[in-house]
Amino acid sequence: MPVMSYIDAVTLAMKEEMERDERVFVLGEDVGKKGGVFKATHGLYDQFGEDRVIDTPLAESAIAGVGIGAAMYGMRPIAEMQFADFIMPAVNQIISEAAKIRYRSNNDWSCPMVIRAPYGGGVHGALYHSQSVEAIFANQPGLKIVMPSTPYDVKGLLKAAIRDDDPVMFFEHKRAYRLIKGEVPEEDYTIEIGKADVKREGEDITVITYGLCVHFALQAAERLAEDGFSVHVLDLRTIYPLDKEAIIEAASKTGKVLLLTEDTKEGSIMGEVSAIIAENCLFDLDAPIMRLAGPDIPAMPYAPTMEKYFMVNPDKVEKAMKELAEY
Amino acid sequence: MGIEKMTMPQLGESVTEGTIEKWLVQPGDTVNKYDPIAEVNTDKVNAEVPSSFTGVIKELIAGEGDTLEVGEVICSIEVEGGGASEESSEETSDQKVEPAENRNAEEKKTSDEKKSAPKNTNARYSPAVMRMSQEHDIDLSLVEGSGKEGRITRKDLQKIIDSGEIPTADSKQPEPQKVQEQPSPSKPAAPKQDIQSAPGDVEIPVTGVRKAIAANMLKSKHEAPHAWTMMEVDVTNLVQYRDSIKGEFKQKEGFNITYFAFFVKAVAQALKEFPQMNSMWAGDKIIQKKDINISIAVATDDALFVPVIKHADEKTIKGIGREVNELAGKVRAGKLKSEEMQGGTFTVNNTGSFGSVQSMGIINHPQAAILQVESIVKRPVVMNNGMIAVRDMVNLCLSLDHRVLDGLVCGRFLQRVKEILENTSENTSVY
Repeated sequence: MPVMSYIDAVTLAMKEEMERDERVFVLGEDVGKKGGVFKATHGLYDQFGEDRVIDTPLAESAIAGVGIGAAMYGMRPIAEMQFADFIMPAVNQIISEAAKIRYRSNNDWSCPMVIRAPYGGGVHGALYHSQSVEAIFANQPGLKIVMPSTPYDVKGLLKAAIRDDDPVMFFEHKRAYRLIKGEVPEEDYTIEIGKADVKREGEDITVITYGLCVHFALQAAERLAEDGFSVHVLDLRTIYPLDKEAIIEAASKTGKVLLLTEDTKEGSIMGEVSAIIAENCLFDLDAPIMRLAGPDIPAMPYAPTMEKYFMVNPDKVEKAMKELAEY
Repeated sequence: MGIEKMTMPQLGESVTEGTIEKWLVQPGDTVNKYDPIAEVNTDKVNAEVPSSFTGVIKELIAGEGDTLEVGEVICSIEVEGGGASEESSEETSDQKVEPAENRNAEEKKTSDEKKSAPKNTNARYSPAVMRMSQEHDIDLSLVEGSGKEGRITRKDLQKIIDSGEIPTADSKQPEPQKVQEQPSPSKPAAPKQDIQSAPGDVEIPVTGVRKAIAANMLKSKHEAPHAWTMMEVDVTNLVQYRDSIKGEFKQKEGFNITYFAFFVKAVAQALKEFPQMNSMWAGDKIIQKKDINISIAVATDDALFVPVIKHADEKTIKGIGREVNELAGKVRAGKLKSEEMQGGTFTVNNTGSFGSVQSMGIINHPQAAILQVESIVKRPVVMNNGMIAVRDMVNLCLSLDHRVLDGLVCGRFLQRVKEILENTSENTSVY
């Protein structure tokens, strides 16, 4: 099984889906000739031509709007936001139109579109290139939000997103792009959207997280194992809708839960995860539900020390895990 | 020379307190380590407490009959060398006491409190721990916590459950009351009253029978809505009859024939005819008792006992008289057995014996009524023919549980008792 980077898995999934289904096309800023600022669409322009790999003006609302229109007419657009931070002008299109069209038209219309956007910090990107924006979309029934952590999950979930008949937000951690490598099967496969995945089995505490934080949790868990604590790690993979069953099972397993997100703490998706646990697992809980997240500060700062302060990292995760394990 | 403190030992799992049954040593006695110094009983075992030290008994801090929590000081022992505190401050650890040094008493007390605090005193359990302890009947006070500040974790319990050695709280029942209890299962409730005693006042500890009386009276008065009625009975003929046979009876039978025997007999007979009176309140039902067992109240100087005359309806006046006589004798000699106080279905109280002419009895729980037989006194009475005569009159006072009984049946019952008594004459046989 070939080992590839997270971003290569993104590219591969799109390539395979474009080969499989000619309704699939890519649009976004610099996605064509340049192959994307992160090179996520690298090679697609050459392979599929300018009709299926479309460079757009710097207008996110248009990227989303064109994608929605094309999707409603039967195409399978993959719209790329150059950075998740730039998605704001498109939010109206996404929430007011894409998320609602099926419901609003009583099933006459649908919007089978994927919006890909690199998110997250730790790349010295400063305010407008580091944000986690998922919570904005996380109470919009009609949207799905997928945030994979591994190349394997990226390929399977992106393919599932492209084949999904409704709009899917697909957030890729930009720091994971070249940092995270993993085995990816050559064959065609999909991963069901809405299913969490146990990334590590453990008995003492449960960590529930998603995206790049999954790797922080796994690293910290490795260190904690030396102290004799075994950590159970659940990767949500899809953060909307949440896999309630898996969350309840994982939380009940150890009764000590650490919720981990890179997003700012208040109003993050972890508040919802916490509520699910509180509603369902009271008599299995052995410690207060614990959250480790970014500080409630408007955006990630540029100064390296400040960025480090903001970002979740394996050290912070290990400290929190240990505190919980010893509780 | 130093002072060591002996504490109440933990005599078995789940035992939290023990009662000093008897001291086996006196202050001044020399004891060796492991010598028994006291007999202690707990809700589980009776055991001798061995001395933890070799030395001379200095002070017996706990008295016989005192119930102390495990870890409380029971006595102090003066030992050779080995320093310990000279003060008699509260010391709750059976570890060696640290030298008193210059700390003041206040400081010492707080530090002692800290030291003696068992690990789980904060006793804050997570929902998971609570659930598991309940599901598996685990006594959390016996579990050593491995979590933060000794907290009991879910894993701690899981380990116990997996190991199969579960410290249960099954036999942690309240200590049985050993005193001669009235036939009531109630436990004495003794809420502390905020009453100060002044110099010269005598403080009488509420123990044993007094405690049981207090509890039973309180229970009855709280639970049963008491109603009260009184009937006047002309017992002139009975008095004459009894006086006429008194001397001969005593000579023949060896004990006095009392009025009370006549009253008990009359009540037993009437009860047979009015079984409603011979019943008990049992929450969702009323139980009418088949047997007529009359409780009689017998007072001693400081207590009250209610021995039972079983099957009083089957006994003659003489038989009842003999039994009253015997039971009263046993009470006064302190030889009454608890089974002799059980099974009563109705109580007759001889309040007349101390001159009362009217009284409101408290029902002997769980019975439905109590009859007070007052003093027989001479009264001018208007007779049927309009003449005034001097007659021997007695008041019969009945307290009834109004849940079980109503006025009408009680009135009829009393009428019947009255009738029996008023018709007692030389034609009545005491045999």
